[in-house]
Amino acid sequence: MRYLLRRPILLSGLLITTFLFVVALLSLVWTPLPPTKMQIVSKLKPPLSVGLLGTDHFGRDIASMLMVGAWNSLSTSLLAVAIGATLGTLVGVFVAAVRGFTETLVMRGCDIIFAVPPILSAMMLGAFMGPGRFTAIIAIAVFMVPVFARVTLGAANQIWTRDYVTAAIGMGRNRAKITITHILPNISNQIIVQVTIQLGLAILTEAGLSFLGLGMPPPTPTWGRMLSDAQTYLGQAPWMALMPGMAIALAVLGLNMLGDGLRDLLDPRDQS
Amino acid sequence: MILLLIARRFLGLLLTLLIVSVLIFVVMDLLPGDPASVMLGTSATPETLAALQRQLGLDQPLAVRYVTWALAALKGDLGTSYTYGVPVAGLVGERLAVTVPLSLLAVALSIIIAIPLGVISAGRRNSLVDYGASVLSQVFIAVPGFWVGLLLVMLFSVTLGWMPAGGFPGWNAGLWPALKALILPAVALALPQAGVLTRVTRTAVLEVMNEDFVRTARSKGLSEKTALWVHAVPNALVPVVTILGLQFTFLIAGAVLVENVFNLPGLGRLAYQALTQRDIIVMQNVILFFSGLVIIMNFLVDLAYLAIDPRLRAGVR
Repeated sequence: MRYLLRRPILLSGLLITTFLFVVALLSLVWTPLPPTKMQIVSKLKPPLSVGLLGTDHFGRDIASMLMVGAWNSLSTSLLAVAIGATLGTLVGVFVAAVRGFTETLVMRGCDIIFAVPPILSAMMLGAFMGPGRFTAIIAIAVFMVPVFARVTLGAANQIWTRDYVTAAIGMGRNRAKITITHILPNISNQIIVQVTIQLGLAILTEAGLSFLGLGMPPPTPTWGRMLSDAQTYLGQAPWMALMPGMAIALAVLGLNMLGDGLRDLLDPRDQS
Repeated sequence: MILLLIARRFLGLLLTLLIVSVLIFVVMDLLPGDPASVMLGTSATPETLAALQRQLGLDQPLAVRYVTWALAALKGDLGTSYTYGVPVAGLVGERLAVTVPLSLLAVALSIIIAIPLGVISAGRRNSLVDYGASVLSQVFIAVPGFWVGLLLVMLFSVTLGWMPAGGFPGWNAGLWPALKALILPAVALALPQAGVLTRVTRTAVLEVMNEDFVRTARSKGLSEKTALWVHAVPNALVPVVTILGLQFTFLIAGAVLVENVFNLPGLGRLAYQALTQRDIIVMQNVILFFSGLVIIMNFLVDLAYLAIDPRLRAGVR
């Protein structure tokens, strides 16, 4: 605990992220009002006059929508990063174990995936799967695979040159076994840090996709679509645009700070 | 040796472009909804539909269509838009007149913000200025560009009425009105980039400050300021330029969103409109165009590395 207090970045990141997860989980069992309940009589009401954060153009409670939005945004991003990180790590450790031409091939493959920004691949996917959570998850996950493959490969290649790995090879252990017992445990810290940072990026991308109408369909509240709705009412109801944007920024800020803090904690070599 | 290496990288570039173009072509081909029936609507007779399919070459096998498309694209013929009925090449060119100046303006702005901020916070490490700059760059990275766009419209267009809230008058309307329409979108696009760039600049300058030649510069009696700006900064710019190149993907993604916020007739908005109108040929070409730009940008970054770091020239063989 005292350690945490001396690390303000890690501590703030941890607090913000925990707060978001708590709010997201709470929204599954309780919100101040049903988030999709329309009350046209009390539409476009400013914060504190109706509800904590006011209402939107259908009279829906913005605080409740933000809470459910937190769950939708976090769960989509978490799933996308989980898929991307798992596949990417598997590819990375596999390539590090075999090296050779496979490495060149996989690296080239990464370049190819990197060449199509996730917003554009989501547009392509959305065009034939239809918009929705699944489209968003796949589009983000596809972009994450090469990110994790590269990080894992770089880290794993370093471990493969260590003496204890050479010793294990000398003792006749096979490469799959060495990967499980020596490589993965020694690179897990770097993967954890990367997961945290990529989660922030995934939230930004998910928000962008919902803003364009490529995320979860209405009436499910998402932060991105709340912003897109707010665009029409910038003059009359500025709070409609302020709140979801602040939620996105806070979530990404928290995760990035947590990632930075974890990097200092787990990966002391990178300290600058 | 170096020429051979560049030639190899160039071959890699061509191969990547080829594979990306095949991938995009195949994915777009999998889309449900035949372009011919989209163009004719539901009331068309089977005969007219078949005739149009023939005219568009849709009755050919996939491989034949790809080769035809790729060969034509190499000659600058990107086909004809289904919905606009005009050549796609012209459409792309027209939209580039918005997207290119917008991106350049955004990159310029992000450099103007980030380099001084990064250098100053490195020069006064662990000072209040440094902490302030680091908080600022974290916030810049965390805020979505399209939200910044909305906030800017709220302040400068809706409340103050200084700037247009969106739309583009075209370059024919004069330099100032056109530029004026691009300023707010460029700021929205630039801030997240500036956040990343500030952090990279700070780290790079800090690293260079520990090098021998900076120490020599100091021991020659140069002021700390001269040592920083004249000796350290130019050498620290290498990784900064690299990141600028690598951030290009995010600049494009940002442009798609920001152009939609500001209703700018750019390439990103074109891609989005093509998606909603199922204008496959336009989408295909715009996405290929964007991807090609990213691939070429990465290639240039690679070359820059080779030019800068002699160790790589010897190492990768």
